[in-house]
Amino acid sequence: MKSVEIAVVGAGPAGLSATLAAAGQGASVALIERDEHLGGQLVKQTHKFFGSARQEAGTRGVVIARRLGQAVREQAGIDLRLATTVLGYYSDKVLYLEEPDRLAKLQAERAIFATGASERMLIFGNNDRPGVYGAGAVQTLMNVHGVMPGRRVLMIGAGNIGLIVSYQLLQAGVQVAAIVEAAPRIGGYLVHAAKVRRAGVPILTGHTVKEAVGEEAVEAAVIWRLDEQWRPVPGTEERVDCDVICLATGLSPLGELMWQAGCRMAYVPELGGHVPWHDDDLRTSHEDIYVAGDASGVEEASAAMVEGRIAGLAAARSLGHDRDVEEKLGEARRELAALRAGPTGEKIRRGLESLRQGGDGR
Amino acid sequence: MRITDHPILDFKPGRLVRFTFEGREIEGYEGEPIAAALHAAGIRVLRRSPRLHRPRGFFCAIGNCSSCLMVVDGVPNVRVCVERLREGMRVERQEGHGELK
Repeated sequence: MKSVEIAVVGAGPAGLSATLAAAGQGASVALIERDEHLGGQLVKQTHKFFGSARQEAGTRGVVIARRLGQAVREQAGIDLRLATTVLGYYSDKVLYLEEPDRLAKLQAERAIFATGASERMLIFGNNDRPGVYGAGAVQTLMNVHGVMPGRRVLMIGAGNIGLIVSYQLLQAGVQVAAIVEAAPRIGGYLVHAAKVRRAGVPILTGHTVKEAVGEEAVEAAVIWRLDEQWRPVPGTEERVDCDVICLATGLSPLGELMWQAGCRMAYVPELGGHVPWHDDDLRTSHEDIYVAGDASGVEEASAAMVEGRIAGLAAARSLGHDRDVEEKLGEARRELAALRAGPTGEKIRRGLESLRQGGDGR
Repeated sequence: MRITDHPILDFKPGRLVRFTFEGREIEGYEGEPIAAALHAAGIRVLRRSPRLHRPRGFFCAIGNCSSCLMVVDGVPNVRVCVERLREGMRVERQEGHGELK
Protein backbone atom coordinates (compact mmCIF):
# COMPACT_ATOMS: atom_id res chain seq x y z
CA MET A 1 0.00 0.00 0.00
CA LYS A 2 1.29 3.42 -0.89
CA SER A 3 1.70 5.93 1.92
CA VAL A 4 2.03 9.71 1.98
CA GLU A 5 2.37 12.28 4.72
CA ILE A 6 -0.75 14.26 3.81
CA ALA A 7 -3.79 13.30 1.76
CA VAL A 8 -5.99 16.16 0.56
CA VAL A 9 -9.51 15.20 -0.48
CA GLY A 10 -11.09 17.56 -2.99
CA ALA A 11 -9.39 19.81 -5.55
CA GLY A 12 -11.51 22.94 -5.27
CA PRO A 13 -10.11 26.26 -4.04
CA ALA A 14 -9.54 24.94 -0.49
CA GLY A 15 -7.99 21.60 -1.51
CA LEU A 16 -5.68 23.11 -4.12
CA SER A 17 -4.47 25.75 -1.67
CA ALA A 18 -3.97 23.14 1.06
CA THR A 19 -1.98 20.96 -1.33
CA LEU A 20 0.29 23.82 -2.40
CA ALA A 21 0.85 24.99 1.18
CA ALA A 22 1.69 21.50 2.47
CA ALA A 23 3.92 20.62 -0.49
CA GLY A 24 5.63 24.00 -0.09
CA GLN A 25 6.66 22.90 3.39
CA GLY A 26 8.29 19.81 1.89
CA ALA A 27 5.57 17.32 2.84
CA SER A 28 4.66 14.50 0.47
CA VAL A 29 1.05 15.09 -0.59
CA ALA A 30 -1.60 13.12 -2.44
CA LEU A 31 -4.44 15.17 -3.90
CA ILE A 32 -7.57 13.13 -4.55
CA GLU A 33 -10.41 14.49 -6.69
CA ARG A 34 -13.48 12.62 -7.90
CA ASP A 35 -13.87 14.80 -10.97
CA GLU A 36 -11.52 14.75 -13.94
CA HIS A 37 -10.55 18.39 -13.59
CA LEU A 38 -8.87 20.55 -10.96
CA GLY A 39 -10.58 23.65 -9.58
CA GLY A 40 -13.86 22.30 -8.22
CA GLN A 41 -16.70 24.78 -8.62
CA LEU A 42 -14.31 27.65 -9.44
CA VAL A 43 -14.33 26.48 -13.06
CA LYS A 44 -17.83 27.88 -13.55
CA GLN A 45 -17.33 31.19 -11.77
CA THR A 46 -17.09 33.73 -14.57
CA HIS A 47 -17.43 36.77 -12.29
CA LYS A 48 -14.58 38.70 -10.72
CA PHE A 49 -13.84 38.12 -7.06
CA PHE A 50 -14.00 40.72 -4.31
CA GLY A 51 -11.51 41.09 -1.46
CA SER A 52 -7.87 42.07 -1.52
CA ALA A 53 -5.24 41.27 -4.13
CA ARG A 54 -3.80 38.52 -1.96
CA GLN A 55 -7.04 36.56 -2.48
CA GLU A 56 -7.07 37.22 -6.22
CA ALA A 57 -9.67 39.99 -6.10
CA GLY A 58 -10.60 41.28 -9.52
CA THR A 59 -9.83 37.90 -11.07
CA ARG A 60 -12.49 35.55 -12.46
CA GLY A 61 -12.93 32.23 -10.66
CA VAL A 62 -12.26 30.26 -13.81
CA VAL A 63 -8.85 31.98 -14.12
CA ILE A 64 -8.02 31.32 -10.44
CA ALA A 65 -8.84 27.63 -11.00
CA ARG A 66 -6.45 27.50 -13.95
CA ARG A 67 -3.65 29.22 -11.99
CA LEU A 68 -3.96 27.05 -8.90
CA GLY A 69 -4.31 23.91 -10.99
CA GLN A 70 -1.20 24.72 -12.97
CA ALA A 71 0.78 25.46 -9.80
CA VAL A 72 -0.22 22.05 -8.41
CA ARG A 73 0.79 20.30 -11.62
CA GLU A 74 4.16 22.07 -11.64
CA GLN A 75 4.96 21.49 -7.96
CA ALA A 76 7.16 18.44 -7.41
CA GLY A 77 6.17 15.74 -4.95
CA ILE A 78 2.40 15.83 -5.46
CA ASP A 79 0.67 12.56 -6.20
CA LEU A 80 -2.33 13.74 -8.22
CA ARG A 81 -5.28 11.36 -8.44
CA LEU A 82 -8.14 12.56 -10.58
CA ALA A 83 -11.39 10.65 -11.24
CA THR A 84 -10.90 9.05 -7.84
CA THR A 85 -13.54 9.01 -5.10
CA VAL A 86 -12.68 8.55 -1.42
CA LEU A 87 -15.07 5.95 -0.03
CA GLY A 88 -14.00 5.95 3.59
CA TYR A 89 -11.39 6.72 6.22
CA TYR A 90 -10.37 3.99 8.64
CA SER A 91 -8.66 3.83 12.02
CA ASP A 92 -5.26 2.78 10.67
CA LYS A 93 -5.14 6.12 8.77
CA VAL A 94 -6.11 4.38 5.56
CA LEU A 95 -8.29 5.92 2.87
CA TYR A 96 -10.22 3.63 0.53
CA LEU A 97 -10.28 4.95 -3.00
CA GLU A 98 -12.52 4.14 -5.92
CA GLU A 99 -10.49 4.60 -9.08
CA PRO A 100 -12.14 4.29 -12.51
CA ASP A 101 -11.50 0.54 -12.75
CA ARG A 102 -10.43 -0.63 -9.31
CA LEU A 103 -10.39 -0.08 -5.58
CA ALA A 104 -7.18 1.13 -3.96
CA LYS A 105 -5.89 2.00 -0.51
CA LEU A 106 -3.73 4.89 0.59
CA GLN A 107 -2.15 5.39 3.96
CA ALA A 108 -1.81 9.02 5.09
CA GLU A 109 -0.40 10.44 8.33
CA ARG A 110 -2.77 13.39 8.02
CA ALA A 111 -5.92 13.92 5.96
CA ILE A 112 -7.40 17.26 4.94
CA PHE A 113 -11.04 17.05 3.89
CA ALA A 114 -11.91 19.84 1.48
CA THR A 115 -15.07 18.21 0.20
CA GLY A 116 -17.12 21.35 -0.41
CA ALA A 117 -20.87 21.72 -0.20
CA SER A 118 -24.01 20.68 -2.03
CA GLU A 119 -27.01 22.59 -3.22
CA ARG A 120 -29.92 22.93 -0.83
CA MET A 121 -33.44 21.95 -1.87
CA LEU A 122 -36.54 24.02 -1.22
CA ILE A 123 -39.97 22.60 -0.36
CA PHE A 124 -42.73 23.50 -2.83
CA GLY A 125 -45.24 21.70 -5.04
CA ASN A 126 -43.72 19.65 -7.87
CA ASN A 127 -40.19 20.56 -6.81
CA ASP A 128 -38.96 17.35 -8.45
CA ARG A 129 -40.08 18.36 -11.96
CA PRO A 130 -37.35 18.43 -14.59
CA GLY A 131 -36.49 22.10 -14.97
CA VAL A 132 -36.09 22.71 -11.23
CA TYR A 133 -32.32 23.03 -11.09
CA GLY A 134 -29.77 24.09 -8.50
CA ALA A 135 -27.95 27.35 -9.24
CA GLY A 136 -24.64 25.47 -9.40
CA ALA A 137 -26.11 23.10 -11.96
CA VAL A 138 -27.28 25.99 -14.10
CA GLN A 139 -23.77 27.47 -13.95
CA THR A 140 -22.16 24.14 -14.82
CA LEU A 141 -24.45 23.63 -17.78
CA MET A 142 -23.97 27.08 -19.27
CA ASN A 143 -20.50 28.16 -18.15
CA VAL A 144 -18.65 24.85 -18.43
CA HIS A 145 -20.55 23.01 -21.14
CA GLY A 146 -21.99 25.91 -23.13
CA VAL A 147 -25.58 24.68 -22.99
CA MET A 148 -28.49 26.99 -22.15
CA PRO A 149 -30.44 25.69 -19.15
CA GLY A 150 -33.67 26.94 -20.73
CA ARG A 151 -35.33 29.84 -22.45
CA ARG A 152 -36.63 31.76 -19.44
CA VAL A 153 -35.61 31.28 -15.81
CA LEU A 154 -37.28 32.13 -12.52
CA MET A 155 -34.53 32.60 -9.92
CA ILE A 156 -35.29 31.73 -6.28
CA GLY A 157 -33.02 33.59 -3.86
CA ALA A 158 -31.48 37.07 -3.99
CA GLY A 159 -28.27 36.25 -2.16
CA ASN A 160 -24.98 36.65 -4.03
CA ILE A 161 -25.36 33.35 -5.87
CA GLY A 162 -28.88 34.15 -7.09
CA LEU A 163 -27.84 37.62 -8.23
CA ILE A 164 -24.61 36.54 -9.91
CA VAL A 165 -26.15 33.54 -11.68
CA SER A 166 -29.00 35.74 -12.92
CA TYR A 167 -26.46 38.06 -14.49
CA GLN A 168 -24.57 35.11 -15.98
CA LEU A 169 -27.85 33.82 -17.49
CA LEU A 170 -28.37 37.17 -19.19
CA GLN A 171 -24.79 37.03 -20.51
CA ALA A 172 -25.53 33.59 -21.98
CA GLY A 173 -28.61 34.92 -23.76
CA VAL A 174 -31.21 33.42 -21.41
CA GLN A 175 -34.14 35.53 -20.13
CA VAL A 176 -34.60 35.94 -16.39
CA ALA A 177 -38.31 36.38 -15.57
CA ALA A 178 -37.72 37.58 -12.01
CA ILE A 179 -35.72 36.96 -8.85
CA VAL A 180 -37.87 35.88 -5.92
CA GLU A 181 -36.58 36.33 -2.35
CA ALA A 182 -38.42 35.18 0.77
CA ALA A 183 -36.66 37.65 3.06
CA PRO A 184 -37.91 41.24 3.24
CA ARG A 185 -34.65 42.48 1.70
CA ILE A 186 -31.95 41.47 -0.76
CA GLY A 187 -29.26 39.32 0.85
CA GLY A 188 -26.46 39.77 -1.70
CA TYR A 189 -24.19 42.74 -2.41
CA LEU A 190 -26.12 45.70 -3.79
CA VAL A 191 -23.62 46.13 -6.62
CA HIS A 192 -24.75 42.75 -8.02
CA ALA A 193 -28.43 43.60 -7.45
CA ALA A 194 -28.04 46.90 -9.29
CA LYS A 195 -26.53 45.11 -12.28
CA VAL A 196 -29.49 42.76 -12.80
CA ARG A 197 -32.02 45.49 -12.09
CA ARG A 198 -30.42 47.69 -14.72
CA ALA A 199 -30.95 44.81 -17.15
CA GLY A 200 -34.66 44.96 -16.33
CA VAL A 201 -34.99 41.93 -14.03
CA PRO A 202 -37.46 42.55 -11.17
CA ILE A 203 -36.41 41.45 -7.68
CA LEU A 204 -39.46 40.46 -5.63
CA THR A 205 -38.64 40.42 -1.92
CA GLY A 206 -41.12 38.90 0.52
CA HIS A 207 -42.13 36.32 -2.11
CA THR A 208 -41.59 32.62 -2.58
CA VAL A 209 -42.46 29.89 -5.07
CA LYS A 210 -45.68 27.95 -4.38
CA GLU A 211 -45.46 25.33 -7.11
CA ALA A 212 -44.00 24.31 -10.42
CA VAL A 213 -46.51 23.91 -13.24
CA GLY A 214 -46.15 21.33 -16.04
CA GLU A 215 -46.89 17.61 -16.41
CA GLU A 216 -43.53 16.37 -17.68
CA ALA A 217 -41.26 19.36 -17.10
CA VAL A 218 -41.49 22.97 -15.86
CA GLU A 219 -43.74 25.14 -18.05
CA ALA A 220 -44.43 27.88 -15.50
CA ALA A 221 -44.24 28.66 -11.79
CA VAL A 222 -46.74 30.01 -9.30
CA ILE A 223 -45.32 32.47 -6.79
CA TRP A 224 -47.00 34.10 -3.80
CA ARG A 225 -46.32 36.76 -1.22
CA LEU A 226 -45.15 36.14 2.36
CA ASP A 227 -46.36 38.19 5.34
CA GLU A 228 -44.12 39.55 8.13
CA GLN A 229 -44.09 36.11 9.79
CA TRP A 230 -42.96 34.48 6.52
CA ARG A 231 -46.40 32.88 6.04
CA PRO A 232 -47.75 32.71 2.47
CA VAL A 233 -50.71 35.00 1.82
CA PRO A 234 -53.52 33.12 0.00
CA GLY A 235 -54.97 35.07 -2.88
CA THR A 236 -51.63 36.63 -3.85
CA GLU A 237 -50.70 33.84 -6.29
CA GLU A 238 -49.20 34.91 -9.58
CA ARG A 239 -48.24 32.74 -12.55
CA VAL A 240 -44.78 33.31 -14.00
CA ASP A 241 -43.95 32.04 -17.47
CA CYS A 242 -40.65 30.09 -17.29
CA ASP A 243 -39.15 26.72 -18.19
CA VAL A 244 -36.53 26.68 -15.45
CA ILE A 245 -36.89 27.32 -11.72
CA CYS A 246 -33.39 27.92 -10.44
CA LEU A 247 -32.75 27.39 -6.72
CA ALA A 248 -30.16 29.68 -5.17
CA THR A 249 -31.28 28.96 -1.64
CA GLY A 250 -27.98 28.10 -0.09
CA LEU A 251 -25.50 25.29 0.32
CA SER A 252 -25.00 22.52 2.86
CA PRO A 253 -21.49 21.39 3.82
CA LEU A 254 -20.56 17.89 2.59
CA GLY A 255 -19.33 16.16 5.73
CA GLU A 256 -20.09 12.48 5.09
CA LEU A 257 -16.46 11.39 5.23
CA MET A 258 -15.90 13.21 8.51
CA TRP A 259 -19.04 11.71 10.04
CA GLN A 260 -17.78 8.30 8.96
CA ALA A 261 -14.27 8.96 10.27
CA GLY A 262 -15.72 9.81 13.68
CA CYS A 263 -15.06 13.56 13.81
CA ARG A 264 -17.30 15.37 16.28
CA MET A 265 -19.95 17.18 14.24
CA ALA A 266 -22.08 20.14 15.25
CA TYR A 267 -25.17 21.72 13.73
CA VAL A 268 -24.53 25.41 13.12
CA PRO A 269 -27.15 27.14 10.93
CA GLU A 270 -24.85 30.12 10.27
CA LEU A 271 -22.27 27.75 8.74
CA GLY A 272 -24.83 25.99 6.54
CA GLY A 273 -25.64 22.89 8.62
CA HIS A 274 -23.56 20.10 10.12
CA VAL A 275 -19.85 20.86 10.22
CA PRO A 276 -16.96 19.21 12.06
CA TRP A 277 -15.81 20.90 15.20
CA HIS A 278 -12.40 22.46 14.45
CA ASP A 279 -9.82 24.76 15.98
CA ASP A 280 -7.96 27.76 14.51
CA ASP A 281 -5.60 25.35 12.69
CA LEU A 282 -8.67 23.76 11.02
CA ARG A 283 -7.91 20.58 12.93
CA THR A 284 -11.02 18.55 13.78
CA SER A 285 -11.67 16.56 16.97
CA HIS A 286 -9.78 13.71 15.23
CA GLU A 287 -6.11 14.61 15.65
CA ASP A 288 -5.10 13.36 12.20
CA ILE A 289 -7.93 15.05 10.30
CA TYR A 290 -8.16 18.64 9.14
CA VAL A 291 -10.97 20.38 7.25
CA ALA A 292 -11.00 23.39 4.91
CA GLY A 293 -13.37 25.34 2.70
CA ASP A 294 -17.14 24.97 2.54
CA ALA A 295 -16.98 21.60 4.33
CA SER A 296 -15.93 23.53 7.45
CA GLY A 297 -18.73 26.09 7.01
CA VAL A 298 -20.17 27.63 3.85
CA GLU A 299 -18.36 30.82 2.92
CA GLU A 300 -16.84 32.52 -0.13
CA ALA A 301 -14.12 30.90 -2.25
CA SER A 302 -11.64 33.55 -1.12
CA ALA A 303 -12.01 32.34 2.49
CA ALA A 304 -11.80 28.72 1.31
CA MET A 305 -8.40 29.39 -0.26
CA VAL A 306 -7.01 30.92 2.93
CA GLU A 307 -8.46 28.10 5.03
CA GLY A 308 -6.80 25.61 2.70
CA ARG A 309 -3.45 27.30 3.24
CA ILE A 310 -3.90 27.23 7.02
CA ALA A 311 -4.89 23.54 7.05
CA GLY A 312 -2.02 22.61 4.72
CA LEU A 313 0.56 24.54 6.76
CA ALA A 314 -0.75 23.28 10.10
CA ALA A 315 -0.87 19.65 8.94
CA ALA A 316 2.72 19.91 7.62
CA ARG A 317 3.87 21.56 10.86
CA SER A 318 2.31 18.74 12.90
CA LEU A 319 4.61 16.34 11.01
CA GLY A 320 7.71 18.40 11.80
CA HIS A 321 7.99 20.47 8.62
CA ASP A 322 9.08 24.03 9.16
CA ARG A 323 9.91 26.42 6.34
CA ASP A 324 8.96 29.63 8.15
CA VAL A 325 5.74 27.82 8.95
CA GLU A 326 4.76 29.95 11.98
CA GLU A 327 5.21 33.15 10.04
CA LYS A 328 3.15 31.84 7.12
CA LEU A 329 0.41 30.61 9.43
CA GLY A 330 0.25 33.96 11.16
CA GLU A 331 -0.02 35.75 7.85
CA ALA A 332 -2.84 33.46 6.68
CA ARG A 333 -4.74 33.86 9.95
CA ARG A 334 -4.57 37.64 9.64
CA GLU A 335 -5.89 37.42 6.07
CA LEU A 336 -8.77 35.23 7.15
CA ALA A 337 -9.67 37.59 9.98
CA ALA A 338 -9.62 40.52 7.53
CA LEU A 339 -11.94 38.66 5.12
CA ARG A 340 -14.39 38.05 7.94
CA ALA A 341 -14.25 41.56 9.36
CA GLY A 342 -17.10 43.99 8.87
CA PRO A 343 -20.84 43.44 8.54
CA THR A 344 -20.64 40.80 5.75
CA GLY A 345 -18.60 38.51 8.00
CA GLU A 346 -20.91 38.86 10.98
CA LYS A 347 -22.83 35.65 10.29
CA ILE A 348 -19.66 33.57 9.90
CA ARG A 349 -18.15 35.02 13.07
CA ARG A 350 -21.35 34.18 14.95
CA GLY A 351 -21.35 30.66 13.49
CA LEU A 352 -17.74 29.98 14.43
CA GLU A 353 -18.38 31.25 17.94
CA SER A 354 -21.32 28.85 18.24
CA LEU A 355 -19.20 26.01 16.84
CA ARG A 356 -16.51 26.59 19.46
CA GLN A 357 -19.23 26.04 22.03
CA GLY A 358 -20.25 22.80 20.33
CA GLY A 359 -23.10 24.01 18.11
CA ASP A 360 -26.69 23.82 19.19
CA GLY A 361 -26.44 20.10 19.92
CA ARG A 362 -28.83 18.85 17.24
CA MET B 1 -29.81 24.95 -27.11
CA ARG B 2 -26.11 25.69 -27.33
CA ILE B 3 -24.63 29.06 -26.38
CA THR B 4 -23.00 30.38 -29.53
CA ASP B 5 -21.90 33.84 -28.48
CA HIS B 6 -20.65 34.63 -24.95
CA PRO B 7 -19.01 37.87 -23.75
CA ILE B 8 -16.48 36.11 -21.48
CA LEU B 9 -16.25 32.44 -22.31
CA ASP B 10 -14.96 30.60 -25.30
CA PHE B 11 -16.26 27.05 -25.61
CA LYS B 12 -13.99 24.48 -27.18
CA PRO B 13 -16.18 21.44 -27.70
CA GLY B 14 -14.79 18.04 -28.66
CA ARG B 15 -15.61 16.09 -31.80
CA LEU B 16 -19.26 15.81 -32.82
CA VAL B 17 -20.41 12.21 -32.25
CA ARG B 18 -23.62 10.25 -32.66
CA PHE B 19 -25.38 8.35 -29.88
CA THR B 20 -28.89 7.11 -29.28
CA PHE B 21 -31.54 8.21 -26.81
CA GLU B 22 -34.47 5.79 -26.52
CA GLY B 23 -33.42 4.35 -29.85
CA ARG B 24 -33.42 7.73 -31.58
CA GLU B 25 -30.12 8.93 -33.00
CA ILE B 26 -28.86 12.31 -31.80
CA GLU B 27 -25.58 14.21 -31.78
CA GLY B 28 -23.43 15.59 -29.02
CA TYR B 29 -19.83 16.51 -28.34
CA GLU B 30 -17.44 13.78 -27.32
CA GLY B 31 -16.36 14.12 -23.69
CA GLU B 32 -19.18 16.38 -22.52
CA PRO B 33 -21.53 14.94 -19.88
CA ILE B 34 -24.33 12.89 -21.42
CA ALA B 35 -26.82 15.18 -19.64
CA ALA B 36 -25.40 18.25 -21.39
CA ALA B 37 -25.82 16.63 -24.81
CA LEU B 38 -29.38 15.56 -23.96
CA HIS B 39 -30.26 19.00 -22.63
CA ALA B 40 -28.84 20.65 -25.75
CA ALA B 41 -31.16 18.38 -27.75
CA GLY B 42 -34.14 19.53 -25.66
CA ILE B 43 -34.44 16.33 -23.59
CA ARG B 44 -35.17 17.07 -19.95
CA VAL B 45 -36.99 13.99 -18.62
CA LEU B 46 -34.21 11.52 -17.79
CA ARG B 47 -35.95 8.89 -15.67
CA ARG B 48 -39.12 8.02 -13.71
CA SER B 49 -39.21 7.70 -9.94
CA PRO B 50 -39.57 4.21 -8.40
CA ARG B 51 -42.97 4.49 -6.69
CA LEU B 52 -44.99 7.31 -8.18
CA HIS B 53 -43.32 7.21 -11.62
CA ARG B 54 -42.81 10.94 -11.57
CA PRO B 55 -40.58 12.45 -14.25
CA ARG B 56 -37.12 13.42 -13.06
CA GLY B 57 -34.41 15.52 -14.65
CA PHE B 58 -30.99 16.53 -13.48
CA PHE B 59 -30.54 18.74 -10.45
CA CYS B 60 -26.99 19.22 -9.13
CA ALA B 61 -24.92 18.52 -12.29
CA ILE B 62 -21.87 17.45 -10.27
CA GLY B 63 -22.65 13.85 -9.33
CA ASN B 64 -24.02 14.50 -5.83
CA CYS B 65 -27.76 14.09 -5.92
CA SER B 66 -28.62 11.03 -8.11
CA SER B 67 -31.58 12.76 -9.75
CA CYS B 68 -30.22 11.97 -13.23
CA LEU B 69 -29.76 8.18 -13.15
CA MET B 70 -30.16 6.59 -16.59
CA VAL B 71 -29.44 3.30 -18.34
CA VAL B 72 -26.31 3.64 -20.47
CA ASP B 73 -25.24 0.74 -22.71
CA GLY B 74 -27.49 -1.49 -20.62
CA VAL B 75 -25.97 -0.43 -17.28
CA PRO B 76 -28.49 1.16 -14.88
CA ASN B 77 -27.94 3.98 -12.36
CA VAL B 78 -25.39 5.90 -14.42
CA ARG B 79 -25.10 9.53 -13.29
CA VAL B 80 -25.36 11.17 -16.68
CA CYS B 81 -24.41 14.61 -15.32
CA VAL B 82 -20.82 13.38 -14.90
CA GLU B 83 -20.59 10.42 -17.30
CA ARG B 84 -18.83 11.53 -20.46
CA LEU B 85 -20.34 11.04 -23.88
CA ARG B 86 -18.72 8.62 -26.31
CA GLU B 87 -19.59 7.71 -29.87
CA GLY B 88 -22.33 5.11 -30.20
CA MET B 89 -23.55 5.13 -26.58
CA ARG B 90 -27.05 3.75 -26.02
CA VAL B 91 -28.82 6.01 -23.54
CA GLU B 92 -32.24 5.12 -22.14
CA ARG B 93 -34.62 6.54 -19.57
CA GLN B 94 -34.53 4.58 -16.35
CA GLU B 95 -37.72 3.24 -14.78
CA GLY B 96 -37.52 3.00 -11.01
CA HIS B 97 -34.39 1.46 -9.52
CA GLY B 98 -33.16 -0.09 -12.76
CA GLU B 99 -32.21 -3.72 -13.24
CA LEU B 100 -28.80 -5.34 -13.25
CA LYS B 101 -28.51 -7.76 -16.16
